[in-house]
Amino acid sequence: MVEFTFWDIFYNLLLATRWTILLSLVAFVSGGIVGLVLLFARTSKVGWLEFLTKLYIEFFQGTPLLMQLFLFFFGIALFGIEVSPWLAAWLALTLWTSAFLTEIWRGCVEAIPKGQWEAGETLAFSYVEQMRHIILPQAMRIAVAPTVGFSVQVVKGTALASIIGFVDLTKAGTMLNNATFRPFLVYSLVALIYFALCFPLSWSAKKLEKRLNVAR
Amino acid sequence: MTYTFQFGDLLPYWNVLLQGLIYTIVLTIVSTVAGIAVGTSGAAARAFGPRWLDMTVGVYVEVIRNTPFIVQLFFLFFGLPATGLKLSENTAAFLAMTINLGAYSTEIIRAGMLAVPKGHLEAGESLAMSRLQVLRYVVLRQAFQKVYPALSSQIIIVMLGSAVVSQISAEDLTYAANFVQSRNFRAFEVYFVVAFLYLLLAIAARAVLRGIGRLVFPKA
Repeated sequence: MVEFTFWDIFYNLLLATRWTILLSLVAFVSGGIVGLVLLFARTSKVGWLEFLTKLYIEFFQGTPLLMQLFLFFFGIALFGIEVSPWLAAWLALTLWTSAFLTEIWRGCVEAIPKGQWEAGETLAFSYVEQMRHIILPQAMRIAVAPTVGFSVQVVKGTALASIIGFVDLTKAGTMLNNATFRPFLVYSLVALIYFALCFPLSWSAKKLEKRLNVAR
Repeated sequence: MTYTFQFGDLLPYWNVLLQGLIYTIVLTIVSTVAGIAVGTSGAAARAFGPRWLDMTVGVYVEVIRNTPFIVQLFFLFFGLPATGLKLSENTAAFLAMTINLGAYSTEIIRAGMLAVPKGHLEAGESLAMSRLQVLRYVVLRQAFQKVYPALSSQIIIVMLGSAVVSQISAEDLTYAANFVQSRNFRAFEVYFVVAFLYLLLAIAARAVLRGIGRLVFPKA
């Protein structure tokens, strides 16, 4: 029987934290890209496009992330493709993130006065050009704080990937607990590490929000 | 893709899914009530309490908001028994949901309380109301009315988050899905149907909450 010291436990948790961080980063970036594409569709004023995006957002915001993970994990397998927890977690988190980011960013786009759109139109800008050159640069300023705030949800969301077998911080906690029978210590450390990851993010989101309000 | 979907294989298990659905609904309602009670006390403590209390509640809020729900749940269910406090899976699920919603609603309700104009508080005071009376009769209603939409969405987020309690074998809708899936091996069909049930639940919850809002806060 191998004895685990405090430092063994802590060190192993830290090793697993790398995967939590990596999955968070990857999901956040790819979710942001998909979210941006959806944002164009959502604000396009093309009826069926907006409707489809709304359905998409409704599904990903109205069902548990855990269900989405299960659906991807078992759903992709139906195509005869070997699914790793990595792939399923990445896909599910990407789509889930994109749905929320699209809604957040839509709010920011709608906060831009209508005159700005009209000004673009008088300059014979197309819809995409209006977004690209006039609306998005202004909306981005408002969007920074809530986007950073949402990144906290992504980091916390990755914890659910442990349920489909992705070895992240939470999964490592469960495994270490099974090996050491010290659940109080292990889960306290797991919580502490998540806190260390998330708190700086939510703190800077708060600061950014304040700074933006002062500038107005 | 050569797979044929067999949704019919779910039918024999409809009562398992129904029981899970009821569990999720009851768990959500009970912990929503408790969570908002915690949130209201927390918000009052932060907005009107002494500094040390404000700080203590602040730490609670930040710890809960910056750690995943599943870790909070595991801590309560697996971690606490090590200190001698053993919880059943139902109690642990209820407590975890309450503590979680409590933290979020503390911040939401506090924002509503701070938005109540100072003159209203002074008006209450000049009527010789005690601090508690001012809180009860002047602040609470206005605060809740202001933040009701935000509170509603948080309740729905917590309800969807409750899917995780299946991991400590609390018998909610997700637990039922896992059970059915382990019997008929139609994983995709089961999770698809259950995801749809959650979606309906979220839509229904939104409608109910909107109805309650109209009833409690009629347009002046």
